Amino acid sequence: MVSSHLIWIAFFAPLFACILITLFSLRDKTSSSLIAIAGILTSFVCSCLVFTQIFQTSPPVELQQSLSWIHLDALSINFGFLMNPLAIMMLLIVTGVGSAIFIYSRGYMAEDPSSPRFFAFLSLFAFSMIGIVLSNNFIQLFMFWELVGLSSYLLIGFWYAKPSAADAGVKAFLVNRLSDFGFLCGIILLWSLSDIGQGRSFQFTELINVIPHLDPHLLTIVALLLFCGVIGKSAQIPLHIWLIDAMEGPTPVSALIHAATMVAAGIYLLARTFFIFAPSTTALTFIAYTGAITSLMAAILAIVENDIKKILAYSTLSQLGLMVMALGLGGPMQGMYHLTTHAFFKALLFLGAGSVIYALHHEQNIWNMHGLFKKMPITGFTFLVGTLALCGIFPFSGFWSKDAILALAYQNNIVLYLITSLASGLTAFYMGRLWWVVFWGQAPSFHRRANEHEIHESPAVMTVPLIFLALLSAIGGFLGIPQLLFPQQAPEDLNLKVAIISSVVAVLGLGFSYMIYGKRSQNDPLPTKLGGFYTILKNKFYFDTVYGWYVDRIQQTLALCLAWFENVFIVRGGVEGITNLARSGGKTFRYLQNGLVQFYALIFILGAVFLFLLLSKTL
Amino acid sequence: MITLGTYLALSGIIFSIGLVGVTISRNVIKVLLSLELLLAASNLSFVAFSKFNGDYSGQLIVFFVILVAAAEVAIGLAIIVLMYRHLSTIQADELRTMKW
Repeated sequence: MVSSHLIWIAFFAPLFACILITLFSLRDKTSSSLIAIAGILTSFVCSCLVFTQIFQTSPPVELQQSLSWIHLDALSINFGFLMNPLAIMMLLIVTGVGSAIFIYSRGYMAEDPSSPRFFAFLSLFAFSMIGIVLSNNFIQLFMFWELVGLSSYLLIGFWYAKPSAADAGVKAFLVNRLSDFGFLCGIILLWSLSDIGQGRSFQFTELINVIPHLDPHLLTIVALLLFCGVIGKSAQIPLHIWLIDAMEGPTPVSALIHAATMVAAGIYLLARTFFIFAPSTTALTFIAYTGAITSLMAAILAIVENDIKKILAYSTLSQLGLMVMALGLGGPMQGMYHLTTHAFFKALLFLGAGSVIYALHHEQNIWNMHGLFKKMPITGFTFLVGTLALCGIFPFSGFWSKDAILALAYQNNIVLYLITSLASGLTAFYMGRLWWVVFWGQAPSFHRRANEHEIHESPAVMTVPLIFLALLSAIGGFLGIPQLLFPQQAPEDLNLKVAIISSVVAVLGLGFSYMIYGKRSQNDPLPTKLGGFYTILKNKFYFDTVYGWYVDRIQQTLALCLAWFENVFIVRGGVEGITNLARSGGKTFRYLQNGLVQFYALIFILGAVFLFLLLSKTL
Repeated sequence: MITLGTYLALSGIIFSIGLVGVTISRNVIKVLLSLELLLAASNLSFVAFSKFNGDYSGQLIVFFVILVAAAEVAIGLAIIVLMYRHLSTIQADELRTMKW
């Protein structure tokens, strides 16, 4: 029997932690970090218990509980949860990886004076993310979707005194708002279509029965509009621009929100509401190509990036593209599988990068790091595990999940298969580049910000989560995750041909990177080799430039025109015109009131005579 | 032969004199007197109508008017006294502070 109490506790524990910190311990670093960790661990433990309860029976139970939240005649909105294998797996990822990152943050943020605020925001994020995972209807989902966007904004701009961080927060928020507009339109459209006799509904479980009755064209529109939300949240092309800038936030935030969980929310949404997308081939094709192009583009951009966190951000983009493509090819299982393993190894990579950044006193340029493996063996080794998992080297977790996606692409669409294979090769190349440059080679005589003897391994509170995640990344492929996600679906065998090809590609990528970067070098040899192409890459395919141009020129011009129109016609002509009329009228006529009683009498008499004449004329 | 028209004409003449007096005399007491002329003129026409129509309600109204006129004079004179105390004048055009 599944206990709904446990689910509710898992749902609200982080919110409770957030409230506690905000109200009582905003000045105390130790207690606030402990409260936050307690909150997320409570969630995690409850999730684990629910997990065991769910899989006691076969097939696993699906549990739904709803409280009526808003009830009007034609509109009723519930607040509840829908627990099924997919949701519990996602919940485990969020709370499990979240726990590791919360604990790690305790070390990483120890020196920051405003870390209580950080932990409050982080708990708020965890609550919102759990809300997305558990929501059983679109309105509740959308609410948490926005809450997640809010906490993301707050955490990206955590160091708000830094203009670039504040700007990045605003950018992330605005880009997400843009996409969420489409998402909301999709939700409303779907709701308005959902009346097939029992009234309209937002509930997933009821919508499942509605979908087959809908007009396929309208359904395609609904699917594409809903996908808008995914484009924003999961940073697909062309709205991927916010994710790179989001790296301005503290590294644990990048790991939790911008790698493992929030950006995966889009994928999760696609998988959870896949019944809406499945009937529409047009929408699915669009989704698949969006994902594949994002994947390739991000992988290309990553090879010229020099900021350790931004390289990882590009790789996140690339992997998200892969997952989206898997969903687009009709494989929610493969997509969610990769999401799971990706959450493990990408969180690991970010935390490893955070460990390096921490040791080097906030140095992020990889060309200012060399030979750190000897100085930081645990970080270096776990980072290597993460790298191999990301590149898809046997037997690490990434190998299995990526292979599942590639096999899917191989069976369905050879073009997409080639694109993603190329992206995988590039992934191996830039991850190899990162690892060789940062960890390999001779230890340098000095670093820019830290002295040689000062560099040492991070404290245990940071390395233990690294080891935990490294373990998961290494063995993630043997845990039977796909069967847990989709118990009714038959497990797919390893496609040997695809597996061998992708392994060869990955090894080639790593080999190339060693050829170029294995020798210790001060500078990146790539710019000279790539020539003009390098400029294009350095400008990130001019996305930001074009958007900047658009906002600066077109939107700004339009806004200026409207402002001028408003100033001249509405403000000056309308509002000020009326006040001026009243004022000048008053100014003119006030001279009538001259204080002379007899003048008033005269006016009165003249008026009376006038009326008298008027009257006598009509009679 | 005295007709209704004669009375009304006399009433009109007195009323006009009163109007002119109200508007052009600067002395407030004269204004008050002119007001009395206005009332007297209207009383005259009331009585004349009453007489020629054989309806006594006109005469009844005249009594009311006389009553009100008495009250009005009392208040008017009181105001004039106060005005003289404050401004040491009873010229109406000296009272011009109540303006824009």
